[in-house]
Amino acid sequence: MTEHVDWSEPEPAAAPAGASLTPADAADAARLVAFGLQPKVQPARDQEYTELLRRYREDPAFARLADAVAAGLGLVVLEVSPRAGMAVTAAEDSLFAVRMGDYARRTAADSGDRFLHGLAHLAAAALAFPRPEDLADDSYIGRVTVNGVDAFVRQACRRLEERAEQQGENTDPATDAPGLEAAWRIWARRSATGATKDARRPAASTTGIVAKALVFLTDSGFLQRTGDDGGGTYRTTARYQLQVRDMAGAAAMAELLDLGIVPVTDGTASLLPAEDTEDLELVADAGLPFHS
Amino acid sequence: MTSPASTDRVPPQLSAAARPAPGPAADEGLARRLRALACTAPLHDLDARKVNLAGEYSVYGMAEVALAAIDLVTLNMDFDTGADHEQIVARLIPRIAAQAPQRPTGEHERVARWVLENLINVGSVDRGFRAVYGTFGPDGTYVRRDYDFKLIEEVPGPGGTVYLRTTDEAVNVLVGALDTDVTSAQIAAEVKLEVLINRGRLADAQLAAEQARYRTVQYSETLRRALEATRRNVRAVDWLNSVPDMIAEALDHVADRYRHENAILTNIRKARDETEEPEHKRRAAELVDIVKDCIRRHTQLQSRLLEAGPLFRAEQDRQAFATPATTSGTDLYGHLVAPVLPLPLEQAIRVTDAFFAQGTGLRTPVSVRVADLVDILLTPPVEREHLGAEMPEPDLIATPDDSRFSEEQLVAATELLDLPADAPRRLSGLLAEARRTGDPDLAYLVALLAVHAASPAVGTAYRQGEEKLLFAVDDGTELDDPEFGGADLIVGTALLDAAGMAADRTEAA
Repeated sequence: MTEHVDWSEPEPAAAPAGASLTPADAADAARLVAFGLQPKVQPARDQEYTELLRRYREDPAFARLADAVAAGLGLVVLEVSPRAGMAVTAAEDSLFAVRMGDYARRTAADSGDRFLHGLAHLAAAALAFPRPEDLADDSYIGRVTVNGVDAFVRQACRRLEERAEQQGENTDPATDAPGLEAAWRIWARRSATGATKDARRPAASTTGIVAKALVFLTDSGFLQRTGDDGGGTYRTTARYQLQVRDMAGAAAMAELLDLGIVPVTDGTASLLPAEDTEDLELVADAGLPFHS
Repeated sequence: MTSPASTDRVPPQLSAAARPAPGPAADEGLARRLRALACTAPLHDLDARKVNLAGEYSVYGMAEVALAAIDLVTLNMDFDTGADHEQIVARLIPRIAAQAPQRPTGEHERVARWVLENLINVGSVDRGFRAVYGTFGPDGTYVRRDYDFKLIEEVPGPGGTVYLRTTDEAVNVLVGALDTDVTSAQIAAEVKLEVLINRGRLADAQLAAEQARYRTVQYSETLRRALEATRRNVRAVDWLNSVPDMIAEALDHVADRYRHENAILTNIRKARDETEEPEHKRRAAELVDIVKDCIRRHTQLQSRLLEAGPLFRAEQDRQAFATPATTSGTDLYGHLVAPVLPLPLEQAIRVTDAFFAQGTGLRTPVSVRVADLVDILLTPPVEREHLGAEMPEPDLIATPDDSRFSEEQLVAATELLDLPADAPRRLSGLLAEARRTGDPDLAYLVALLAVHAASPAVGTAYRQGEEKLLFAVDDGTELDDPEFGGADLIVGTALLDAAGMAADRTEAA
């Protein structure tokens, strides 16, 4: 993440260029930020965009100006590069931030639905970048399908269900305390799909929720639709990787640590069932997006 | 489901004594039975609610239709998908019609759909059922719990279609005894079937065969799950020992069953053909269908088993042989998804909310000018194109005919080779006759056809029901010809028993 430079403080190194900044430069910087606000515009396809990006990288004063414009609008600059373009995202409480209530109407009333929508986004990212290396490797392009995301979450839920069964736990939640229901049950309980009059997925089904997430991410310029297999096939863009790596992953981790949960892994991929192969015949409904 | 509410103010020691066997174990058994009982509730509910339907529906036995529907879905579940909604409705109608033959067919269909939709529970968001039951916690407190279950669930199929599958709960409701070891149960059922057939007790045999098919379905379901897990996880799965063992075992199983069921098939066919009684004949014919279906499922299973190896190698290439990256970032699954799922909802939602807030990027707020708004509101909605874009007229280019031989030459050669069945000829004679026509290429074609006939396509001829077949045999005589070398083949026509083959084919189909 590029820190916004406090531009009111004079910096000796960039003094000669900074001194000559004009309103026209400010307009250019703002235009660059405007390009960043259109995540589907690709730098390689727009000459002006490419030119402004080049200027950002070569002219430190211009870069600081653009950063300042972004910061003033309530944007965080993730990366400025030919591949990702001017990758900006909404800061917390920014005008540009996406609110869950606007995203899906039902989530305001139903915390279960709210969780499902959130988990759909988390699971899509987890499946797009299954290994830590994939998230770190700039050249990695992940692939996800709607059915793949649903299947993989269901698989994880199923394992938890079986573990609970083995330990003889009764996971049925108490009637008067729905908030204490284990999170995996919410997903497992919701049907995967359903028949509707117009042959579309029911919006409240898990595949409907995942599809909504992936379509939304596509509109954000984070995914590109590549086909209809597996309920809809998508590949990731550089922006999505940045967003997940620098923003979302860290924010969710912080929240998890705040809850007193410190997940410990050895840095290898853990998108696998537990090491004991007993699990083998128990795991259900898994489906790699790569093979659908 | 719980005790009547009127027993208030009961002294605590009395209620404790009333429990049959105090302790968590007894309570757990009770909870399990309560859950099993709950699974039957939707079926009873159908009969209870039919009086509320607009119209006179009390003649229909809704629970019976529902059980039949669960049977049908279970039997029609395929390896990849499930049962087709419309097909289930169509197959339910005869039974419903039998319940009330004087009613219109439209009503029968309505009943079928009503029952199926209620088994799916279309009205609820989860499309499932919920039952409330109570248990005593370890500390003696009484807790009411929600038990959520489904009977028939809808699963996505290829191309966005929706299929039906019965859940484990439903299968257990249907046949309680199904919850046993699949392999041994299947063998038992098949042994039973054979004995029954040998003794000619076809009514019982049909029951056993149907049970065998349930087991077959359940078995492939178990294997499907295992295989898909393998497909997803390369390193977590022991590809050195356990998976190859499992696949080998399963292949053995398929081979074994295949042999077994083919033997049964032969037996039943015999029974079908020998028996005089029409009822037996019909039963045996049904059995043939069931066993054939079993064989089809086994074949499907086997092809899946064979795919497992190449799948593993492809995944291995992709995951294990790439150069490891130097930095190790967040492991989204291990660090986030896996720890979040077991959390209680109130805590989990904080993590997913945080991810959502930071992971969705940005949205540019929409601002509308009043002038635009008027235009937008007054624009008529765009008519949906049902047929899609118009197909452009294809621009066809005539490809030059570069065949070596012309149609006429082929006709001439075929005529030449149209030999009577009892008079085969030597190739040399045929070549000479071909040359006499004055067409130098004809001899080539005849020679080619004769060589081709040396390995006649018997299988194809059999399938297509041909009546005769050209063949060529080498008896060691050398061909003395200016253009061709090799054996002077004997070319002849073999007559095939077309009628017999046709009978055989219908048998096998």
